[in-house]
Amino acid sequence: MSIKLIAKNAFRHKLRTMLTIAGITVAILAFGLLRTVVSAWYAGVDASSASRLVTRNSISLIFTMPVAYKEKIRQISGVKLVSYGRWFGGVYIEHKNFFPNFAVEAKSYLELYPEFILDDREKAEFLRDRKSCIVGRKLANRFGWKIGDTIPLKGIIFPGNYEFVLKGVYQGRDKSTDETQLIFHWDYLNERLKKEMPLRADQAGFYMIGIDNPDLASSVSEAVDRTFKNSLAETLTETEKAFQMSFVSMTEAIVIAIRTVSYVVIFIIMAVMANTMAMTVRERLGEYAVFKTLGFGGRHIAVMILGESLVISLIGTAIGIGLTFPVARIFGNALDNFFPIFNVSAETVYMDIAAGLLVGLSAAALPVWRAVRVPIAEGLRRIG
Amino acid sequence: MSSTPLVAIRSLNKSYSRGSQIIQVLDDINLDIREGEFLALMGPSGSGKSTLLNLIAGIDKPDSGSVNVGGIDITTLSETDLAYWRANNVGFIFQFYNLIPVLTAFENVELPLLLTSLSRKERQEHAEAALRAVNLEDRMEHYPSQLSGGQQQRVAIARAVVTDPAILVADEPTGDLDKVSATDILELMRRLNDELGKTIIMVTHDPRAAEKARIIKHLEKGIMNEH
Repeated sequence: MSIKLIAKNAFRHKLRTMLTIAGITVAILAFGLLRTVVSAWYAGVDASSASRLVTRNSISLIFTMPVAYKEKIRQISGVKLVSYGRWFGGVYIEHKNFFPNFAVEAKSYLELYPEFILDDREKAEFLRDRKSCIVGRKLANRFGWKIGDTIPLKGIIFPGNYEFVLKGVYQGRDKSTDETQLIFHWDYLNERLKKEMPLRADQAGFYMIGIDNPDLASSVSEAVDRTFKNSLAETLTETEKAFQMSFVSMTEAIVIAIRTVSYVVIFIIMAVMANTMAMTVRERLGEYAVFKTLGFGGRHIAVMILGESLVISLIGTAIGIGLTFPVARIFGNALDNFFPIFNVSAETVYMDIAAGLLVGLSAAALPVWRAVRVPIAEGLRRIG
Repeated sequence: MSSTPLVAIRSLNKSYSRGSQIIQVLDDINLDIREGEFLALMGPSGSGKSTLLNLIAGIDKPDSGSVNVGGIDITTLSETDLAYWRANNVGFIFQFYNLIPVLTAFENVELPLLLTSLSRKERQEHAEAALRAVNLEDRMEHYPSQLSGGQQQRVAIARAVVTDPAILVADEPTGDLDKVSATDILELMRRLNDELGKTIIMVTHDPRAAEKARIIKHLEKGIMNEH
């Protein structure tokens, strides 16, 4: 009976309840999307491996290091594998078609990134052909590329026109794996540079280092940087996570702003819901007095009001969560250039549910207090 | 009818403050009501009759004095104990019926039984029996808005008697009804008193309603006048 009464009470004023549910739905949807944007911001950090280090020029990422560093790094204790590459920054047809593209030492790079799942035959073809490239599944879908297609990139950092034959399409092992990259052979770029810009040849923009034991990340990093101390290109080595975080921290103010807005949205809907419940309880003070007269205690009244508030809030929350997934997919597709990973995480769903519970409970708190405290005789005077 | 009073009220005082003014609503009330009595409390508006009824029913607290019902001084009970006491000892009939609009007649009558240890089936049997007693067995699934005023008041009476309380208190039970429905309700209350021996305390300012009672007491400006 209590559950039935709560459900019936919740829909007594259908229009008011539906509008409140609609408000909560929109708030939860907005909250979920903003949280997903924050998650997308950290996607690179989340996808990074604890057993990978990144070495770059200690002055700045735009300065390079000699490719000869590879062997020296390889000899450091705790280092299992070393790869290297350069940010190419090529443009496909026009600037708006932005996607990340790297020139890498392909064999070792793919070994360091087991989360890039590539068909064995495609991998062999890619490694065999120095003018080839591989791309992520999302990127291939975005431009409709198929194996064997020639992909032209216009070099901006390395002026000139470059053409790559697509030999493979990798898929992400995890949901957090970036599937929007294009990877090609460092050798191919380096050969062009030797001919056209010899001073820029034989250089690496970064080294990726695979280590045996993540616990040794700090000591290996120190050993790498010590090795190149007082050289022309001193290094800065850090974990891949720290490296990714350094990019995110540059835009931390934006992340904080988005987070703040997401909480403000919840606070606003909390006030709207509290207003709904306050109106409801004010209208029913006489009815609660009747319940009390019949012997129902403050606990019963509190359960009725809290239950009603939670029913309304959680219906809105459930619809909001349900809508977050398709809307996030549409957003993700539209913002593919900026957010290669745009997935609604389980954590976001849990936060949505927590927000829904918080809205339902807090909106009912004051009305419950009022309904429980009002004397029966005073409540009954409100009838008639 | 037992000679020991079921309700014994001694030196009862109640006042309200309105701004800086103190209004004495009940002034040193002494009253005995025996088991099985049908008592009508009459008096003009503001005489304190509804306040006295509320104090007897345990929904208000006096400034001083005692209200002893069935051997318990209910003025000393805590809010929680008083709620439990009301659930087990008092049935209420209000002027405006005060049915819960989202519940059917059956569900309204079943409401007080939710506070008992009765099973669902037992609750159903009790509620159906109470609705049969007020001749509304064919209106069980109707909502209050689908019933006439007289029918709603009969549902309210069924709700009041369903737990078989010691006392029925009625505050202007015919005040919102037409003449025919009012007569019908008063006959029903009389029958509850005659056939089931229910102790009924009714507040009214309608002399025709008061005629149905066995004893009539008058209140004027908070003072009880014997007639």
